[in-house]
Formats: sequence, C-alpha cells, structure tokens
Amino acid sequence: MRYLPLSNADRSAMLDTIGVAHVDELFRDVPEEARLDGPIRDLPLHASEMEVERHLTALSRKNVPAADAPFFLGCGAYKHHVPASVDHLIQRGEFLTAYTPYQPEIAQGTLQVLFEFQSQVARLFGCEVANASMYDGSTACWEAIGMARRITRKPKTIISSGLHPHYVGVCNTMAKFTGDRLETSLPALTAETDIEALLGAIDDETSAVVVQYPDILGRVADLSGLAAAAQARGALLIAVVTEPVALGLLKSPGEMGADIVVGEGQSIGVGLNFGGPYVGLFACREKHIRQMPGRIAGETIDADGRRGFVLTLSTREQHIRREKATSNICTNSGLCALAFSIHMTLLGEKGLRQLAELNHARASQLAARLAAIPGVRLVNDLFFNEFTLELPVEARPAVHKMVEKGVLGGVSLGRLYPGADTLRNGLVVAVTETATDKDMDALVQALEEVTK
Amino acid sequence: MTINQSGWKPTTPVASASETGTVTGNRALMLEEALIFEIGDTETTGVDFYLPSRSREGLGEGLSSLLRTAPIGLPGLTEPETVRHYTRLSRQNYAIDLGLFPLGSCTMKHNPRLNEKMARLPGFADLHPLAPRETVQGALELINELAFWLIDLTGMHGVAMSPKAGAHGELCGLLCIRAALEARGDPREVVLVPESAHGTNPATAAFCGYRVENIPATSAGRVDLEALKARLGPDVAAVMITNPNTCGLFEPEMKAISDAVHAVGGFVYCDGANFNAIVGKVRPGDLGVDAMHINLHKTFSTPHGGGGPGSGPVVLSEALSPFAPLPYTARTADSVVHLVEEEQADAFSAEHFGGKVQSFGRMTAFHGQMGMFVRALAYILSHGADGLKQVAEDAVLNANYILRSLEDVLDAPFAHSGPCMHEALFSDKGFADGFSTLDLAKALIDEGYHPMTMYFPLVVHGAMLVEPTETESKAALDQFIMALRSVAERAKAGDPALKTAPVHAPRRRLDETLAARKPIVAWKEPVPAAAEAPTPSEVGDR
Repeated sequence: MRYLPLSNADRSAMLDTIGVAHVDELFRDVPEEARLDGPIRDLPLHASEMEVERHLTALSRKNVPAADAPFFLGCGAYKHHVPASVDHLIQRGEFLTAYTPYQPEIAQGTLQVLFEFQSQVARLFGCEVANASMYDGSTACWEAIGMARRITRKPKTIISSGLHPHYVGVCNTMAKFTGDRLETSLPALTAETDIEALLGAIDDETSAVVVQYPDILGRVADLSGLAAAAQARGALLIAVVTEPVALGLLKSPGEMGADIVVGEGQSIGVGLNFGGPYVGLFACREKHIRQMPGRIAGETIDADGRRGFVLTLSTREQHIRREKATSNICTNSGLCALAFSIHMTLLGEKGLRQLAELNHARASQLAARLAAIPGVRLVNDLFFNEFTLELPVEARPAVHKMVEKGVLGGVSLGRLYPGADTLRNGLVVAVTETATDKDMDALVQALEEVTK
Repeated sequence: MTINQSGWKPTTPVASASETGTVTGNRALMLEEALIFEIGDTETTGVDFYLPSRSREGLGEGLSSLLRTAPIGLPGLTEPETVRHYTRLSRQNYAIDLGLFPLGSCTMKHNPRLNEKMARLPGFADLHPLAPRETVQGALELINELAFWLIDLTGMHGVAMSPKAGAHGELCGLLCIRAALEARGDPREVVLVPESAHGTNPATAAFCGYRVENIPATSAGRVDLEALKARLGPDVAAVMITNPNTCGLFEPEMKAISDAVHAVGGFVYCDGANFNAIVGKVRPGDLGVDAMHINLHKTFSTPHGGGGPGSGPVVLSEALSPFAPLPYTARTADSVVHLVEEEQADAFSAEHFGGKVQSFGRMTAFHGQMGMFVRALAYILSHGADGLKQVAEDAVLNANYILRSLEDVLDAPFAHSGPCMHEALFSDKGFADGFSTLDLAKALIDEGYHPMTMYFPLVVHGAMLVEPTETESKAALDQFIMALRSVAERAKAGDPALKTAPVHAPRRRLDETLAARKPIVAWKEPVPAAAEAPTPSEVGDR
C-alpha cells in the first residue's frame, strides 16, 4: 500500500469529522445488491515493487525489441535514434505530471512548449498554423476529412490508393456512421502513384482529395498539380505524412499547395511503443484556423503586459458547444508533442537535413543491393527511406522465414491488404539511420535465401 | 543565451526592469525563457551523426525536382542549451509532483515511478506495431492480461483495447451500440444525455449521427428517472450516464435506469471517467451497463503529461462484445495469444467464436496505447485485490472529508443529498457582489495550489469541483482546507486583493480574449519594420 498515505488512525479521525462510523456508509447510495464484499475475485493481494518488476520484465523478455535484430519495418511507424536528453527531459515531474493547462498562469511551461511545437509543425509541413497535436496520424487524417467537409460543405472524399490501409480503415469506420462518401482503391505495384487517377476523379461533389507523401509503398510524387486541380473544383488537398523525417530533404506538402497537412510524429522523439502512444500532427492554412480541431496554444499578454500563452479558440470545443462541437476530442498527446519538440530542437534545421540525407542514402544503398537479388524487383525508383520490393515468392511467409534467420526484414503487403492477390508478393522495406552495414548485409543474405 | 545568428528577435519583450525589479526579468529561481526561435538558429544542431562507411549510390536521383530549395526555418540548439531551455520551462508548470492538484473529474493522483520504468523496458517500448507476431508474444500476453482484469473488475464480457483516450472510448462504445442496432435491423435516432454529463458525451453522440436530447437533473443532482422514463421509446438508441456523476454523486437508481432503457430495446453507455471511486466496490456490469470506457490514465494512473496521451479501453456487455473494433486480442485453447487484425478476423471468429464476431472496423492505426497498458497493469498488480478496494475507499473518504470540513464556509449544493463520491462540489453562492469562482481560484494559485475544476458541472452556478484522490495524506488535506477556507472567507468579504491574484505566479492574469480575437498560434519572424520590440502598451493595443 506504498501509494496510499492515510493511516488507520487518520481514517478514523476523518470518519469522525464526517460523522459516520464506517467507510461503507459513504457508499450507501450504491444499491446493496450491487456492492462487492471481500477482496476482488482472482486478483492477488498487493505486490511489492520487486515482484511487479519481475513479472513485467519476464513478459518483456518474450519479445524481440527492434534494437536486438537487423530491423527494416516501417509502414507508418519508424525506428529512429532518439537522443538521451529527450526522455530525460520529458520525465521531469513538472512536465510529466502536469495536467491540461487550464490555469495558464501556472502552466506557462507546457503552453510555451505547445506554442513552439505548433510553430515547428507548421514550418515543417509548409503551413501557417498547426494545433497542439492529436491522438495519432490516423485519427488526425479522419479529422482532416471532417474539417474539409465543414469548409466545403460537399459530401465526397477521394482517397489515394497510396494512403496507409489502416488510415483508410479508420476513415471507413467513421464514414459508415457519419454518412460521408469515401472513394478509394487498392494500390498497384508500380512505380507510378495514382495521381492521374485522382485527377480524373475530382468533380464538383468532391470535398477533399487525400494523398499520402511518401505513400504506403514509399513512393513520392509532386503534389502541386493535384492541389491546383482540386482547388479549381472547390475541393481541398489533404496530405498525410507518416514519416516526417522525409521533409528534411523533400519539399513540404504545404509548399506544393496542400490545404491541410496531417501526419504521424512518432518518428521524431517518440519511439515505437508497439503502436502507441503516438502523436498526431495537424496543420493548415491560417484562413481555416477556426475549423481546425483539437487544442491550440496562442500568444497573449498578462496583466503586466508580459508575453504569455493560453489555450485559445476553444469556442469550437465540446465543453462549450456540446453537440455542435467541431470534434469530440478533449485531449491531445501533450507529452509526445513535448518529446517531438525537444528532438526537433536538438536536430534543428541542419540536423534534420543531415538525418534525412542519411536515411535516404542508407535506403538507396540497400535498395540497389536488394534489387540485384535474382527475381527481386524494386517497384519504385523514387523514394525517401522506404521502398517496395516485388518478390518471386509470397512475402508474408518470407517475412516469417527471415525471422527464423534473426532478421526483421520488412512488412508484407499481404498483412496490410489481406485478400489482395495482386499485392501478396510485395514487401515494404524501411531503412533508417539505425541500420548498420552488418544489418544490411544480414537482410541481403536472408532475402536471398528465402526467395530462392 | 545564444546570440541568434540569423538576426531573429523576440516579438515582444520578456519583461522590463520596472515590473520585476531585475534587468533580466528573472526572479531568483524563477527564470524567464525566450522561445527557441529567438535563441536558436538554423545552423546549430545538438545531434552528431555517424558517417556511413559506404558512399551513396546512384538511386534516388530522380528526386531532384522534389528536393527542398527554401529553408524550413527550424531553430536548433546544442544539448546543453536544450536541457536548460526545457528545464527552465518545466519550472513554470504546476504538477502533481509539486502538490495537491484538486481538479474534479480529472483525477490527478500520484504517478508511481515503477510504472514509468516498466513502460520503458525495451521489450515493450522498442516494439514495432507490425512486427511479426512470433516476436511480440509477451506484448500480446500483457494486453490480454490487462484486458482480463478490466473485464473482471467491471463485471463485463469483452473489452476493446484500442481507443486512444476517454472521448475516443466514448466514440468506440457508441459505435458498438450503433453497429449492434444495425445488425438487428433496428436503426434508432436519439441518444439521451443527462445535463450533468461531460461535454464530450453529446459531442460524441452527434458525431455518430445521433440526435442528442438532454435529460434534466433533479434538485438532488441526479438523473431525473421519471423524466427519463417519460422520454424512452423505440427511437432511443442509448442513454449516456456518467456514474459516479459529475456532481460527485452516485446514481442510486442506476439499475432502474438500465432496466428501463433495456425494456425499450436501447443500450446504456456509462462514462467511466470516475471509475476510480468505485473500483473494487461495485461492478458496472452488475448495474446493467452495456458499454463503459475506462480512462486508464485516471483510474490506473498514467501521468497526464500536460494534457495527454490518455488511453480509453471500452468494456462491453455480451450483446455488444461481438462488435468491438479491430484489432483485438484473444487467447486460444493452446495458450497462444492472438492479435486479431483484418487479415484473420473472419477465420478467427469462425474458429473460436462461432462466427459471431462482427467488428465494426478500425478506430486507430495500430493497437492502442501500449505504453499505458504497461502502466495500468503495473498499477493493478501493485495495488492488488486489497489495494484497489482501498483506493476507492480512500478517494471517497478524502472527498467527504473536504466536503464536511468546508460546507460551513462554502455553499455545497448537494451536501444534503448524502455523501459525495470521489469529488466534492461547491458553488460561489454567498460571495460578495462581483466576486466569482475565478477570483477564488486565482487566489488559490498564490497559496501554492492548482485550483479546482471551475464552472463545471454546468448544472451548478459558479461550480467548483474538488477531487483530492486517494494519494493525499491527511496533513496535505488539512493544509489545503485551511487555504481554501481562508480564500473563501476573503471572497465572501469582498477582499479587493483577490481581483488582482495571482501575483506570485510566473504570469499574472492572462488576456484570453485577446488571444482568441487575434490568434497568434505560430511564431513568425518579425518583419523589418517591427524589428524593434514594442512596448507593453503597444502590445496591449493589438
């Protein structure tokens, strides 16, 4: 009971003050038949720190951490080195155990961080404004579609076949219930993205076109024509970035004309965490700021005229507008946004550029070596740090055979697109700065063996 | 402070000597800190990269037209500057590690550091969500073990683990309800939400395409059962109840409410934000609840991190379980834990659930908040069967101690309704003319406390919702009571000094109207004409 400071003497004294004899009298509104008597079924009594640590450590050892094997998985989550000071700083109790900054006078630390985070995200994405973060990239993507609908008042959203299928899944789930019309298709194993098809699909009913950059197969393409075509018909271009490190090297979607840019910030500062917590990034044009969902920190002054920060534009939010709110979300990923912002500050523009170049160089080297394996075809020649191979065999079993050789060799498209026969030989390989020469040698050898 | 090589300057002055008495604007241990954009520059980095041993080869050259040409404008700092920047900023935050954080409905309790340590084990933190399943069996087992306890503690049948936060969990629960209704060919249009509900409840229902209707509260601060019964009918899909509710009260007629809703074919959604008040004492499943999200971060303690991330698994009744979102985890007879995703959902359902699983789809890209799952399990095992029950009892005891210790000086609108649960509700009734909850709250800041929740719930004018939680000692409560009593007496007497509080915080009262009227939400490089810092009065005129 190391976390509970009341002693039995305290409890007795407090019950006296309240004027009841036993604590159960405080639960008297709970119907008798619903009350539990005695200890909770099956659950053991309280455990020491050492016992809990042993149990959880034993569970953790049944897993293979990414750092323990040659590792090449991507598809929306990326393994990057996170500088030690990031985790050290986010564990400062004043950041770690603070709440939402509802009392700005004593939350300037969090609020200034959020303002800096928003500024970094807006610049990285080539937009004017950004919010204080979302749950993750996939939910940010859905929120962007909703925002476009509010702005354009049109019913149809066209989704690129290159959008992460789990993101498409999230959007489909929501659209089923909100009545939005979503149009999407499966990607083809070709070097070309589906921009031509998207251009042809835009009509006057179109609210938004959603395109991922780089896309699920790792392909990159110029979005500016698509942005112009969408805008010419009164639609918005939503760009989704799942690997923000790419923007250290590549033009940002905002620069190419995207109206809303959302993304997953996990790559920078956050770590893999088996899928969460992650940090959704959300940026847009300034003119749409009042339609942007989520929390926003804004600059203002205090009673002495000193600069300070507050949460602002909350008139869109659930606690004020209830059923008319622009979104039901009532939180952000504050601590992950802090980690993102610290890592980005450590990198700075120069470091981000170097990191991006290093990622691209490593990926380029490995792609060339893998493409030289007999029967293996490199699908896309334009990529950042992730590319797709077409194997001479089905990729899903190949991934498991590589595990037996101690190599985590990529994500099979069969796992992401069950039932899609045209994609079953596709393997998506991500290469970051963490892949050593030895790791790359191990993958080349393992893939050679499993494709024989 | 680094000289900003690119020539960027602060948009506004940090402070002037006349206000603080110091030329830096610092006040001893309280240090002012400029923005990274004002102290960093684009050519500084705090990261050293290794150089790859092999040179870049010919691929990727076609990217040239897509390469960045213009600078992004991201400032960099070296490691010592970074550590100092964020450490200084951290000191401008109130946090549970510094003292009592009595935010009602938010549940700010001590965060055990063991949980942090466990969540950072590489065997959990360094796992890719799409890693081959044979390499993540321990992680799946952990999710399954936690799922087991959540089901056990709530008396429910299944659990959807993936929702990312409480409000996301609400969405999940309502989507399960909607999917279940559609599966039986009975689409309905209305969701009933009591006045005392969290604002996310009506927003969620509207998001799922439902029409929201309010149900009034009784003068005792509970759902008006008669009004609810009168409104129930074949068009009602669900009723959303918060229990314990946001007036800090248990809904004693919860079972009757559930029975009435079920009788007309609807479902009961319970907002489980306040589950910490009843964990180990009552199982919502026994009260007829069909779906309830559990804020793992509140009940089972994950640090709030300045506003998130949270985690909101949803426990489900037998009727709703088959509709839970993908992915879900399940253990099969051979003891292997399976993560069921789109690819095996149908086959798995046919083999192990008689084909009854009809998931409504995916709510988030991956499996949910693994980092919070680790913390929640560590918390549950640390407290155990005896400790969890004690958590609820101490949380309720502490809240009632505050209620009874202050009801003579602060109006407590529902004190006559009986004991409160884990939070005590007061109002500003009796304050001097022109004095409000806000003034009291800002004065509490000067006393070294984070204020309580203000102006919520909406059913009480000038509401103040105080939640001490179970991790406060009697001594801490006594000191807080003394401070609150003193401030309340000043508010009743109309002490003009309250109007200028806080005076000891890093900032005085901030102009929120200005922030909303002329939003500045990202740093902009000052244009040359405005390169000279404006004076405070000019800033005020914006």
